[in-house]
Amino acid sequence: MALGANSMRCGEFRTSYRQDSTIFPTPMSRNFAIAGVLLLMVSPVFLQPYHLNILIQIGYMGIAALGLNILVGFSGQISLGHAAFFGFGAFASAWINSSFGIPVILAIPLAGVLTTAVGMIVGIPAARIKGLYLAIATLAAQYILEDFFNRAVWFTGGSAGSLANPLSLFGYQMTTDTRYFYVVLAFVVVMYLLGTNLIRSRDGRALVALRDHYLSAEIMGINLTKYRILAFGISSFYAGVGGALFAHYLGYVSAESFTILLSIQFLGMIIIGGLGSIMGTLMGTAFMVLLPEVMEGGVGVIADFMPGIEQGLAYIKEMAIGLAIVLFLIFEPEGLAHRWQLTKAYWKLYPFSY
Amino acid sequence: MNWDLLGQLVVNGVIVGMLYGVVAMCFVLIYKSTQVVNFAQGEFLLIGAWTCWAMLVWLEMPFWLGFLFTLAFMFVFGILLQVVVLKPLIGEPIISVIMLTIGLSIVFRALMSWMFGEFVKPFPQVFEADAVNVLGLQVQPAYIMSMVISVVIMVGFFYFFKYSRMGLAMRATAFDQQVAQSLGVSVKQVFAMCWAISALVSAVAGVVIGMVNGVSSALSFFGIKVFPAAILGGLDSIVGAIVGGLIIGVLENVSQYVDSQWLQLGGLYQIVPFYVLVIILMIKPYGLFGTKDIERI
Repeated sequence: MALGANSMRCGEFRTSYRQDSTIFPTPMSRNFAIAGVLLLMVSPVFLQPYHLNILIQIGYMGIAALGLNILVGFSGQISLGHAAFFGFGAFASAWINSSFGIPVILAIPLAGVLTTAVGMIVGIPAARIKGLYLAIATLAAQYILEDFFNRAVWFTGGSAGSLANPLSLFGYQMTTDTRYFYVVLAFVVVMYLLGTNLIRSRDGRALVALRDHYLSAEIMGINLTKYRILAFGISSFYAGVGGALFAHYLGYVSAESFTILLSIQFLGMIIIGGLGSIMGTLMGTAFMVLLPEVMEGGVGVIADFMPGIEQGLAYIKEMAIGLAIVLFLIFEPEGLAHRWQLTKAYWKLYPFSY
Repeated sequence: MNWDLLGQLVVNGVIVGMLYGVVAMCFVLIYKSTQVVNFAQGEFLLIGAWTCWAMLVWLEMPFWLGFLFTLAFMFVFGILLQVVVLKPLIGEPIISVIMLTIGLSIVFRALMSWMFGEFVKPFPQVFEADAVNVLGLQVQPAYIMSMVISVVIMVGFFYFFKYSRMGLAMRATAFDQQVAQSLGVSVKQVFAMCWAISALVSAVAGVVIGMVNGVSSALSFFGIKVFPAAILGGLDSIVGAIVGGLIIGVLENVSQYVDSQWLQLGGLYQIVPFYVLVIILMIKPYGLFGTKDIERI
């Protein structure tokens, strides 16, 4: 690779800082993104409900995973408790909607705000500790919040779980997959644009500076405590919104869904996608959501030769998640986003890609 | 106040705490010399216990043979794990290493559940089941044995690090990897040995717990309980790990007592170590005996 993966196309010149920090690096990539969204908008016409269901899953998981990537990939902290925030958002939205009669469409962002508050409280120790210690502190937060979900009957319905009303907008009940798909798509577009914007703002650059060298960043006048807690807040906001969308999609929330395994899956998504890559987050999420489905298909095929293997399907799915994380870390630590860049660069220079 | 119950719980706490201490010690051993945080420590216990169980029940070996076989297996397993999986990650950022061990823990746990089922399987009877009266308290012989084994392991560790060549090499590597390397210590060997010893000793703890409570995937939760113990003692202190383990074990049982007598919250004792953990991290992040790391630009 003589030219780096980030090499520009011919005829692209950047003459100002403004041009250098646009959301999309080239007009081409912007057009592709718009085309992609348009394609998704017409996709319910020719997709089956099963595929729509998967796309919706990728949507709400992707929002939460982006939050985690902002925390881990962009600000260099670690959270093993993301599923707990995701769950908190889910419960909070259902609770706000049913206890105060606030419409669901407002309850979702409000749930995000509530989750932000919780995330900031959890983030307070993060101001002092980092790396491994932080990982363990957030692990503790995961268990404490899980315990809280089982105890706080007024909030979560205890072990019975709580019901979440379906989202309704302008008199339409978003109960079918097709309708809900548009809701999720809208949220994904807005949240991803917000995320991209955040990274190119002053606050985003401060987070990246803290990740790269927190002492130097502090010396340059970046408030360490403020930005570390802020990163936790932003990440929890995304998790909360993702969780709320999850709750109103399923219509039922129970504490068992938000275990440490889900937290690990979220981390897996951003590692497989690529730490510190916005598009990579979505790719990693798609990978993680599709993996169990692919496993199910694969086991179905193998079961003809090896009867009895289908009893272990749940374990095979779990092992596939763990193995995917391990293999990516060993063989492609920079994730799918990096692989994608390499592929793009290869075709840009084809056939002279020496 | 129910003094009998409290006394019984404190004794239980000390016994469980000793085991926490032993596992925390294994965790610290790996962290100290190889800078890897092993989130799969609980799975070492699980694998060890199931291997021994399979030897005894499926192959019907006598206990001593099955136990020795388990030890040999875990030793090889630890070395293989380090060489195959962890070596490529030397020098990678901490998040990668943490995620790698977490990924491994998921794989092992799912594999074990698949092979042996989700439910608790009792261990074949090795020691007599009648409780023994010690100072007016009813104590299971298995508990006494677990206590003895814990103490033996701790003393063994002490002598190993103080007098054996490998132990000295490990301490040297932990102190400064480059200096140790330049003085002829094979850091490669030290890393592999750390994992092997840690896996082996964890397996002993796993077998001991399996004898008392039966073997099930709940054993892997033990590995998570080790974090409060290791953090309380300071992550890089072997003595700290033992003290931390004892404190967490006793605390867990005492909070169970407080819960059952006054609070009636139910299941609180499982979560108390994590509250303690958060508090320690807030006020004393480097634990009781840990070294504070000083960063320079």
